[in-house]
Amino acid sequence: MTDKFISIEGIARRYPGADGGRISVFENLWLSMSRGEFGCVIGHSGCGKTTVLNILAGLDEPSEGAVIVDGQAIEGTSLDRAVIFQSHALLPWRTVLGNVSYAVTSKWRKWDRARVKAHAQKFIDLVGLTGSEHKRPSELSGGMKQRVGIARALSISPKIMLMDEPFSALDALTRGTLQDEVRRICLETGQTAFMITHDVDEAIYLADKIFLMTNGPGAVLAEIVENPLPKDRGRIDLHRHPYYYALRNHIVDFLVSRSKNFAATVANHDPRNVPTVRPGLGDPTIVSTPKVVETHPAQTAAR
Amino acid sequence: MTFSLRFRAAIVSLVLFAAFLGIWHLATRSTAAVANMTPEYAKLMGLTATAGKSAMPGPFDVGAKLWEHLKRPFYDNGPNDKGLGIQLGYSIARVGLGYLLAVLVAIPLGFLIGMSPLISKALDPFIQVLKPISPLAWMPLALYTIKDSSISAIFVIFICSVWPMLLNTAFGVAAVRKEWINVARTLEVGTIRRAFTVILPAAAPTILTGMRISIGIAWLVIVAAEMLVGGTGIGYFVWNEWNNLSITNVIIAILLIGIVGMLLDQVLARFARMVTFPE
Repeated sequence: MTDKFISIEGIARRYPGADGGRISVFENLWLSMSRGEFGCVIGHSGCGKTTVLNILAGLDEPSEGAVIVDGQAIEGTSLDRAVIFQSHALLPWRTVLGNVSYAVTSKWRKWDRARVKAHAQKFIDLVGLTGSEHKRPSELSGGMKQRVGIARALSISPKIMLMDEPFSALDALTRGTLQDEVRRICLETGQTAFMITHDVDEAIYLADKIFLMTNGPGAVLAEIVENPLPKDRGRIDLHRHPYYYALRNHIVDFLVSRSKNFAATVANHDPRNVPTVRPGLGDPTIVSTPKVVETHPAQTAAR
Repeated sequence: MTFSLRFRAAIVSLVLFAAFLGIWHLATRSTAAVANMTPEYAKLMGLTATAGKSAMPGPFDVGAKLWEHLKRPFYDNGPNDKGLGIQLGYSIARVGLGYLLAVLVAIPLGFLIGMSPLISKALDPFIQVLKPISPLAWMPLALYTIKDSSISAIFVIFICSVWPMLLNTAFGVAAVRKEWINVARTLEVGTIRRAFTVILPAAAPTILTGMRISIGIAWLVIVAAEMLVGGTGIGYFVWNEWNNLSITNVIIAILLIGIVGMLLDQVLARFARMVTFPE
């Protein structure tokens, strides 16, 4: 990884515990992504996925460590990093157009009304909500609300799009169409995206890189899985690809067993050099070896 | 026969009203002459004694008197004889002024309390002690310091309507959904713009509820306050008519106080509907 567009460097998040001690959600987490990549974090509840995302967004601060985006350490929130919230978080007193325009005027304060409207309209059209501009969020279905959330995030042309389980509250059919939309938009615009999900198939369909996190508290990034499926994969025939099951089984195995006993079975896991795995036909192949010279137990665990 | 619920309710209301008027009429009508008495004595005693008429006016007395008032609502025959329109006008003006002052103080201060946990905790003991004080208990202090009865009444209105608004504003502001605040934060919206574009609209329904409670209390208190300070206003009118032993006018005043109170509440309810958003 030469081009580190996003680089999370040794962040930790600790909360005050009940007995005066500190409970650590995760410690010394390192993670990086290149420009235009789509990264997905998978892990069980409580592993600190949302905290990582909130730190990336600037809504939360790490207890230790730093996050560097496009060569600059982040400080607080920024219009460069748009967030799509799980609960869509639309302002209910504004219309669809009003919600998107709010973001547009926040980014370009000096724009006149007509220009803001035209710009907002472009993104409403992009997510397929043409004709619903003047509806209020309460008049929209869950899927349409999340489309507005996507339009709002995209309208400010962010460097990174951060998504916190954006489709988990939607029914399977709507989720599918929205995944298609997000994939289409990200491929067309070369958008860098970072998403949190529970859904293995969603990660396989959308992500270039899947980050596997072990269970919290004291969660670690166990492994980075490179998606071996072709860029032009389709959602409906995803499961026919020869690599699909190898990839899926690898992730599911991790979630079922290895995420629990990772710390016990892997002795010298180096959080700075997390092994990258590319499951294919047969056994997963390790494409990048950690810089540690001695035989790394993580490699054997990966098989 | 299926009439709308509203229509059927109106019918029941009318029937109840008619029944109330009927019972009232029967209870206060004249019975036959009660006793023989000399004409001079009878003249002195009036209808109550000669025709067995109740001292309580009947619905027709009140109706006739009300019509008289409605025909001339704004006459002014000196300090103790002014039209009901003028008296109500004084009361509404006092309530309006005191209430407006309360809005100007309570909403910004409520915002501050809602947004700053420090200020909230620091002011809490004061609010807890001041809130349960009867607004009329302030009256002597107000009269002594302000030295003007009319302004004292306005002050009493101010002090009684400030608390519900203050507490509701603080609560509404503090309870704005975190996700909406986060939206504003990720969009790098400044504090002032955030207060006006996110917090104010989100808290507006709660603030308006507080304002609606306040206007109700203010209208309750003005009658009592005007009874104390005297001079003008509907409260003074009630007390003056009691001293005149004109129960008819007292009943009319009670009716009007109720109607004006209802109208004030309706105005605030309309504002509340305007700022309420469905989720």
